[in-house]
Amino acid sequence: MSDKEFPPPVKYLDDRLGIAKIGRKNLRKVFPDHWSFMLGEIALYSFIILILTGIFLTFWFKPSMGEVEYQGSYSLLKGLHMSEAYASTLDITFDVRGGLLMRQIHHWAAVLFIAAMMVHLLRIFFTGAFRKPRELNWVIGFTMLFLGIIEGFIGYGLPDDLLSGTGLRITQGMIGASPVIGTYLNFFIFGGEFPGDDFVSRFFTIHVLLIPGLILALVTVHLFLVVYHKHTQYAGPGRTAKNVVGYPLFPVYTAKAGGFFFVVFGITALMGALLQINPVWLYGPYNPAEVTAGSQPDWYMGWLEGSVRIMPGFESHFWGITLSWNLIIPALLIPPAFVTLVALYPFIEGWITGDKREHHLLDRPRNMPTRTGIGAAFITFYALLWIGGGNDLIATHFGLSLNNVTWFLRFAVFIGPVLAFWVVRRVAISLQRADNDRLMHGLETGVIVRSPEGKYTEKHAPISNYEAYSLTAHDRMLPLDIGPETDDNGVRAPRRALNKLRARLSRFYYADAIQKPTTHELEAAHEHAHDSDEIHDISETETYREVTSDRS
Amino acid sequence: MSDENLPAVKADEEHSQVQVAEPIPDPGIEPHEYRITDIDPKAADRVERQVSAMFTLAGLLALGSCVAYFAIPRDSTIAFGPLSGNANNMIIGLCIGLALFLLGAGAIQWAKKLMVDEEISEDRHPAHSSPEQIADISDAFKQGVAESGFTRRKLIRRGLFTGLGLLGLPAIVLLRDLGPLPGRALFNTIWAKGIRVVNDVTDRPIKPSDMIVGQLVNAAPANLAPLQEESPVEYQNAKAKAAVIVVRIKPSEIRTPPGRENWGVDGILCYSKICTHVGCPISLYEQTTHHVLCPCHQSTFDLADGAKVVFGPAARPLPQLPLAVDAEGYLVAQSGFTEPVGPSFFERG
Repeated sequence: MSDKEFPPPVKYLDDRLGIAKIGRKNLRKVFPDHWSFMLGEIALYSFIILILTGIFLTFWFKPSMGEVEYQGSYSLLKGLHMSEAYASTLDITFDVRGGLLMRQIHHWAAVLFIAAMMVHLLRIFFTGAFRKPRELNWVIGFTMLFLGIIEGFIGYGLPDDLLSGTGLRITQGMIGASPVIGTYLNFFIFGGEFPGDDFVSRFFTIHVLLIPGLILALVTVHLFLVVYHKHTQYAGPGRTAKNVVGYPLFPVYTAKAGGFFFVVFGITALMGALLQINPVWLYGPYNPAEVTAGSQPDWYMGWLEGSVRIMPGFESHFWGITLSWNLIIPALLIPPAFVTLVALYPFIEGWITGDKREHHLLDRPRNMPTRTGIGAAFITFYALLWIGGGNDLIATHFGLSLNNVTWFLRFAVFIGPVLAFWVVRRVAISLQRADNDRLMHGLETGVIVRSPEGKYTEKHAPISNYEAYSLTAHDRMLPLDIGPETDDNGVRAPRRALNKLRARLSRFYYADAIQKPTTHELEAAHEHAHDSDEIHDISETETYREVTSDRS
Repeated sequence: MSDENLPAVKADEEHSQVQVAEPIPDPGIEPHEYRITDIDPKAADRVERQVSAMFTLAGLLALGSCVAYFAIPRDSTIAFGPLSGNANNMIIGLCIGLALFLLGAGAIQWAKKLMVDEEISEDRHPAHSSPEQIADISDAFKQGVAESGFTRRKLIRRGLFTGLGLLGLPAIVLLRDLGPLPGRALFNTIWAKGIRVVNDVTDRPIKPSDMIVGQLVNAAPANLAPLQEESPVEYQNAKAKAAVIVVRIKPSEIRTPPGRENWGVDGILCYSKICTHVGCPISLYEQTTHHVLCPCHQSTFDLADGAKVVFGPAARPLPQLPLAVDAEGYLVAQSGFTEPVGPSFFERG
């Protein structure tokens, strides 16, 4: 039945490339199915959309700060002096058919690209998909997020309108606060004083060549590693650490993932057609002496903006130098520290737990309460800074005092994450308890039975074997044991202090987590239930519907 | 299925999990459940028609976008509540967007409803190499190292590292001409003794009598405008530092910092417009409190009190420009700014 020979064009390729060898392994490669696995896909597809629409824009955009007098069809700015960059952006918007559409799709896709990467990162974090052997892929993914944010910000600066120029002025001010090298960095980046006439052409090259090239290379490695490691899967019946259960790449995922690309492209195109974004023609050309009230960067810069906004104004002057703590701390220390912590998280957690095994089964967030709490703390910190980036809008929209909003946030960024950690961790632990209840006592049926002695009990139905297995298919977590202080010969173990710290962290990491029941406990619970008539299969006549009708 | 490397029962003495017998044994993959389209050929045919309709409609919409491109004048508009804008743009976008969406939705519907949906299982293999592969590659590597003499010939090695290392230098040095050295550029503006203060929109010089109490005027030095013809870049750079605000406050409400007693003219004071935080032009003035607010990060300065910071992340007051009146009665600068304007920088002092 199977063909021994390829059709001629495929044979031509196989003779030269050996495609059968590669295809044999991968054509029917299995991918597991879950909605949360499409987040990374959205990021990938928006990146492709960005490249396609970006190429279109480069055909008309003039990356030059040379001054011209605008003579295009937007009458409100006619005759104004502006840079060629801004004038050509107006031309794309008003004189190139489909130009505004492409600009808006490009901007929406950029916003979506970064949002999808972030949510994808959160999915990976909360399910523990970053654990061995995927730590390096986490770092690669993180690097892409970092590059994506820079790429987005630089792209935002290219049209040279009033808003983008203000954003650059702020960045320039932050760079200038770097001790020792700040002023020099600025003069080299901007070709002298701000604004100068160099940055648009320089940023353009970085925006269309350097960073996209890097991201493209990293995407390739990222996807190669996904194929090599094979996709992680959620625990469930038949799903083990040694297999991957799902649908084949060809044809199911070819159709699903390929189709999903068009869905994402379609939605961004509709957004580009119907939802206005960054109307640069309203802002006018950049003028270093003007600014609009309520200036806002794109959403992903909001947390940096907030960090800078809520910092009190401290500055030191000594020995003829100035140290601007009001910028060094919120712009040059906290954000890098935050992102470094995120980038290194897999290694930190791996060290604390001492877990060196490969993991291919995903954690349910509740089963790792401390990690989930840490994630919540990070999100809260980020979100509070992000809110800080709009403190003026919050004040005006809700009729609050700007100063009070700012003061609230100054404290909240410290207290909020701690609270979030504690609350979320406790919630996760409660959910673990609920799982154990479900396992040991079954499902509450709502059927209340009165015994001859007059005792009321609720009948419990056992959960299915498949569900019971899914609920228990995770590791039993115990803190790291660092062994005795001294060995049999009385020799002290090496690096004792470090290991003690590690053991303490590990105890903290697993403290209070609920262990799944043992075989024995489970049997005992079921035994007890049968004795006390607690667990019951619902009989033919006892349905959930009857219960409700009984009550009414 | 091979057991090599996959999550071991006990990988080494460091890992912290204790293996207790699993409470529930793995029941294996759930039995496959048939979809309506697997059982009922009519349902399957219906889905086929749906998918084919979506694909066809996508094609028609793609054609439609081309028609719209040529048929709709580029300056026509649609006004439909929040969905208003350029008609050409919107219709092309709607057609393309819907076409793409339908193409994708059709493919997904096909996959979900018609393609075989029986889950299959594939074995995983360890990420690491097998001991034989490791032995092979380390032998090959050692052989290569030995054949090159890399470890034996220290001189070559040192030379190679020196050469490679020093080649990093030109990579950095060649970037030197990205920009001039800062020098004293950030310490100076084009303000100087006798330069008139002009309105930054009309370029007209300002007389004290032109200003009423409570008024704030955005202003510039008179020597700024001529720069625009000469060199647009110099003009922008000079403007980024020289922009000022002139404000008239009731003299009784002014608290003058020591040494600035004669810097104002009849309650008219002049401050740099460039925020001392990160350099945004401050612009929101509240007459009753004499506060001016930077819209970027909400630093607030009290213009009646030496423009000192009353709130926000800025650390220094706005620099003040000493004013005087020239022979013709116009406001002029007594001198340039006495300190650098704009955001702080390391060498500022």
